[in-house]
Amino acid sequence: SSQVVWDTLGNRQFCSYKITTKTQNFCRNEYNLTGLCNRSSCPLANSQYATVREEKGRCYLYMKTIERAPFPRRLWERVLLSKNYEKALEEIDENLIYWPRFIRHKCKQRFTKITQYLIRIRKLTLKRQRKLVPLRRKIERREKRREEKALIAAQLDNAIEKELLERLKQDTYGDIYNFPIHAFDKALQQQDAESESESDAEKEEEDDEDTDKREFVEADDSDLSDFEDMDKLETSSEEEQEEEEEVEKKASHSKSKGKTPLKGPARRKRCYIEIEYEEETEPTAKTKAA
Amino acid sequence: GGRGPVGSAAEDGGQPAAPERVLFPPTFSVSEIKNKQRRHFMFLRWKQQQRKEKLAARKKRRKEREALGDKAPPKAVPKTIENQRVYDETTVDPNDEEVAFDEATDEFAPYFNRQTVPKILITTSDRPRGRTVRFCEQLSTVIPNSHVYYRRGLALKRIIPQCIARDFTDLIVINEDRKIPNGLVLSHLPDGPTAHFRMSSVRLRKEIKRKGKEPTEHVPEVILNNFTTRLGHSVGRMFASLFPHDPQFIGRQVATFHNQRDYIFFRFHRYIFKSEKKVGIQELGPRFTLKLRSLQKGTFDSKFGEYEWIHKRREMDTSRRKFHL
Repeated sequence: SSQVVWDTLGNRQFCSYKITTKTQNFCRNEYNLTGLCNRSSCPLANSQYATVREEKGRCYLYMKTIERAPFPRRLWERVLLSKNYEKALEEIDENLIYWPRFIRHKCKQRFTKITQYLIRIRKLTLKRQRKLVPLRRKIERREKRREEKALIAAQLDNAIEKELLERLKQDTYGDIYNFPIHAFDKALQQQDAESESESDAEKEEEDDEDTDKREFVEADDSDLSDFEDMDKLETSSEEEQEEEEEVEKKASHSKSKGKTPLKGPARRKRCYIEIEYEEETEPTAKTKAA
Repeated sequence: GGRGPVGSAAEDGGQPAAPERVLFPPTFSVSEIKNKQRRHFMFLRWKQQQRKEKLAARKKRRKEREALGDKAPPKAVPKTIENQRVYDETTVDPNDEEVAFDEATDEFAPYFNRQTVPKILITTSDRPRGRTVRFCEQLSTVIPNSHVYYRRGLALKRIIPQCIARDFTDLIVINEDRKIPNGLVLSHLPDGPTAHFRMSSVRLRKEIKRKGKEPTEHVPEVILNNFTTRLGHSVGRMFASLFPHDPQFIGRQVATFHNQRDYIFFRFHRYIFKSEKKVGIQELGPRFTLKLRSLQKGTFDSKFGEYEWIHKRREMDTSRRKFHL
């Protein structure tokens, strides 16, 4: 009757365990020894059959004989194999004594493969395991959005330029750069009278903003020190900016050595007042001592 | 009262023909109308009305200001998120003695006292792909005295003792996901704090629009902006300790870590002083942004480490105006 089974299921009609691919047929039956769909490997079409399967790390030998064919519940007999590889092979041999060579051989091969992958599992669990953290799309989008807005709010170039100028002013660079300050001073003393009222109004605004921001902007210290210096140079700074604006527009065409075009002083009209950023004073102190 | 005449379905556009017939109860709002078309229409009308009112108010204010001339009240400062930021009580006051004392005795004290020279080891997670590899190389040119080593499946816990034995002061691990770097673990080695960041918008050198050459070997300056709170201070010091203490001003290079709304932007520029009030900067070097995820007391140990700070999404992301760095 196994022949009949094979003739119907195996070759001609439909077998639900069979998977056909271009080159080969596979058998999905869990008791299949090799995994292929063959006359000799089909557990349905062989009344005497054996497999090795593992459950929770232990290997079992399953056997099916023709005597138990009418009792499906007792069809597969299960034998626990020992953990020792050689002993287990001997157990397979003694259980499958007088069985066809093919099944014995394939059982042992399958058992070998199973033990090998069990060893591998045990080794891998000891190593570091990669923890996969899922990305949450909503949160990713939110973070990205916030980052873009923070970038715009940061105005990095301005901040960096400001910081560098601060350091220049505080003489951290020493003698490397020498710019003529005095020439400007003389030129601007003429314009003092005009800019007096303007500077007064500015100071009022500055004070208001200082008190508002005193909560969390600790750069107010440097702000104040700036303004003390700026008493003399403030007028000069405005004048300088105006002068430089004119010079800039002329010189904007001649780009020097391919540097990035300057972020215009046009943007920096009243920039000195709105100092929002705090700077870490430590590095400057250290570099000063250098 | 009521919503108006029953035939209101017919009057899609021409409502104001007889507005006095329609009387709404005073607590009525547009969102109570069940009919979507009509609700939409009423909402648009309300919006137009608001806009008109706003425009009128603005005009009036401008006229008043012009009329007053010099005596006009100053312009109101617009509200920004930085203005409205929730005051953080761990904000560092520059004159705080406790903070100064802490900083004199924490793990970075030897660096700031010039006792140790930073030596950085840069590595990645397993099997780094093209972008990450190039990013590592560029990062090592930016940070002086840094070495890149590839990790072939070695456990971090075993690397760390080896690094300490070889006198490394800092360890940077760049985590990679789908061929792009997306995480950074910065660990100060002899027992120092470990910070874990999420890295985003990484731009390699060739993707940055600039016409500069490569960074030279000179030691760059460091700019740390906006690290106000206690946590921000410690993170800032961590960054500062990556670079050698004495910058070479001849090189005219500057590395910036700018904190804005809890995002730390890293940029690397070359600057030149065109005059006393004018400086030009040119961006070389890679750029990336970091967001702090956790700060741990000892070296890298995810299971038994003592965490100083972890970003807890549910608690910390609730307010838009609350920042921790």
